[in-house]
Amino acid sequence: MKMLNVSISPHIRTSRTTTKVMLDVIIAMSPAMIFGYIYFGWYALLISVLSVSSCVLTEFVYEKIMKLPVTIGDLSAVVTGLVLAMCLYSTSPWWIPVVGGVFAILVVKMLFGGIGQNFMNPALTARCFLLLSFSRIMTAYPSLTDGVSAATPLSMAAAGQHVSYFEMFFGTHSGSIGETSTIAILIGFAYLLIRRVISPRIPLCVIGSTVAFVALFTVMKGETVTLNYLTVHAMGGGLLAGAVFMATDYTTSPVTKWGRVIYGIAVGLITAVIRCFGGSGEGISFAIITANLLTPIIEKLTYPKPLGTYGKKAETK
Amino acid sequence: MIKKTFRGGVHIKDMKHLSSGSAIKEYKPQTDLVYLMNQHIGAPAVPCVKPGDRVLVGQTIAEPGGFVSAAVISSVSGTVKTVAAHICHNGDNALAITVANDNEYEAVEGFGVERDYTQMTAEEIIAAVKAAGIVGMGGAGFPTHVKLSVKPGIKIDYIICNGAECEPYITCDYRLMLEQADKAVLGMKIVLSIFKDATGIFGIESNKPEGIAKVKEACKDEPRLSVVPLKKKYPQGGERVMITALTKRRINSKMLPADAGCIVLNFSTAIAIAEAVAYNKPLTHRIVTVTGDAVNTPSNFDAPIGTNVAGLVEAAGGFKYEPEKIIFGGPMMGAAVYTLDVPVNKTTSCILLLKKDTAVPEPHECIRCGKCLTVCPEHLMPIKLKNTADANDYAEFEKLNGLECIGCGCCTYICPAKRRLSQSITAAKQFVLAEKKKAAAKK
Repeated sequence: MKMLNVSISPHIRTSRTTTKVMLDVIIAMSPAMIFGYIYFGWYALLISVLSVSSCVLTEFVYEKIMKLPVTIGDLSAVVTGLVLAMCLYSTSPWWIPVVGGVFAILVVKMLFGGIGQNFMNPALTARCFLLLSFSRIMTAYPSLTDGVSAATPLSMAAAGQHVSYFEMFFGTHSGSIGETSTIAILIGFAYLLIRRVISPRIPLCVIGSTVAFVALFTVMKGETVTLNYLTVHAMGGGLLAGAVFMATDYTTSPVTKWGRVIYGIAVGLITAVIRCFGGSGEGISFAIITANLLTPIIEKLTYPKPLGTYGKKAETK
Repeated sequence: MIKKTFRGGVHIKDMKHLSSGSAIKEYKPQTDLVYLMNQHIGAPAVPCVKPGDRVLVGQTIAEPGGFVSAAVISSVSGTVKTVAAHICHNGDNALAITVANDNEYEAVEGFGVERDYTQMTAEEIIAAVKAAGIVGMGGAGFPTHVKLSVKPGIKIDYIICNGAECEPYITCDYRLMLEQADKAVLGMKIVLSIFKDATGIFGIESNKPEGIAKVKEACKDEPRLSVVPLKKKYPQGGERVMITALTKRRINSKMLPADAGCIVLNFSTAIAIAEAVAYNKPLTHRIVTVTGDAVNTPSNFDAPIGTNVAGLVEAAGGFKYEPEKIIFGGPMMGAAVYTLDVPVNKTTSCILLLKKDTAVPEPHECIRCGKCLTVCPEHLMPIKLKNTADANDYAEFEKLNGLECIGCGCCTYICPAKRRLSQSITAAKQFVLAEKKKAAAKK
């Protein structure tokens, strides 16, 4: 008889792996991304390809140079590349996703120890880096397929204009590549929930608290709050995609149940502050990476109570 | 039907179909029988026979070595060969009595004689349970007479019969439900006769509808007994989890079930109590499921304690494939062995032979998905506990309630990065407990 394996229990494992989890995220993002490619044209696809390949290549080269095991097989670099492409405009020059991808993986992820070790969302940090470094290029609204530059729903609402619900729901308006179509993002959200990749706590708290705080701050500023205005804040910008695909990033969000609620509300609060009082109309990216920094302390504050230390004990004692 | 359950846990394919159809077969061992002295939690038993002695079925061959300890009873008649160290399923060597079987099965006087338990006092019943060497047969092996000897002043409200059998593959309790449900009901009635104010609950996982029906049928005339179906989820059969699911009461690592007014008995244990008290048959046999994809005919055996496992595997048709892993107990909490030359003991519910060992993938970096928190039935934070355990930061480990871990293995099972969470946590827990014991001994 050959040698028997001996190890400590448990002796069985779920078939789900890191790679499969990442694949699920990619599948969930694909409706929104594919809509972007169709609506914004082939150049949007090129930006995604450049972003993904620069992320994967950076990880590969870094690990080869540092003589580390190559981990591109876990697909997490692909997810980073897709998230970065998702929040770029389709009119960005070709080098923007390349620089962003290298920054995301090299500076934010690998220098801090690779997968699971970074304390800020790599793709969003890269986007903010690009936004601050190349402001004029990054904030130029994308021209639509007919070549006419158009304002995003958020900038229209800020100017007091009415935005069509239909356009926001299907995403036929100006914006980042993967962030315009509400229905496509919701399909991805449903997929993530069904596959139990994420819990609904973070997305719901982010969206709910952003809308609530925006309403509150608008009233505080003495302006009128209309339903259309609030809907634009929920559906017209990057909030939905940010709440579903970016705020839920495993590594940089809390793992505890109530920690996720607090984190979601923190993201919503910061987003609303930036949108109502800040110079930028968006703010979700900055809000998420700021809240990322709070994750360790939130986790510490919401450490779960073990089963036997609370609740009903013996009635007789 | 609302099925009671708990928060956390994992859904695992239960694989019980392999052996659930096989009726319990009596197994007669042909080789020597080995009785280990450490078949229970607590002090090892002390042998009271010497080589050359003739022993009979039902004879006490080792006395309890303390209060928390249990007697060992011979399951065959024959001659004592040796009293020496023997390898046991956890890889340790332990003192054991080896008996050469003479195949005559001559029993001691009074063996199998019926007794009327209603005429017995609580002390007599507990003494009978103690003399029969009964321990918790679900896996932990806590001496049953200790469980029943409740400190004065503690009121017991619930006697819970644990028929969850939540570990995949194992079917010994399920077969007992089908074939001997009335005996389990009798065992529960005996225990209820000690605790006059308590109610008895059978907690059975809902993946055994026939079992639930049989037990319901058997206790339909018993006003103090009820059957509660539980949701099929691992580790539904864990003692603390079971108490929470059925009574909403919660206990922690520093408490015994009795502190919450509960006593939890395994289904097999209830039957053993009935046999010992009502029929004067001490614990000499137990049901063992031999199953897995590497064995020809997965079956359930009524095997004498002390039986060599290799013989049982042969009785189940031998190997279909060369196994990569052999597990004593279920796949979630069982112990892997490196040889079949180990005896069946009082807690051996299953011998699992696996063609392929699926626990081999190397762990990766944690991606912080938080799945381990969602599945932990004790509501701990395995990811943090593992970090403190790996850093040997035992003070922090204790502060983060690491000692509350019940070692169910859900966190390791669910981890997509295949990290060995429960393994690290269990190791740290054992270290901390050993240190505490040392410190207590010094005082």
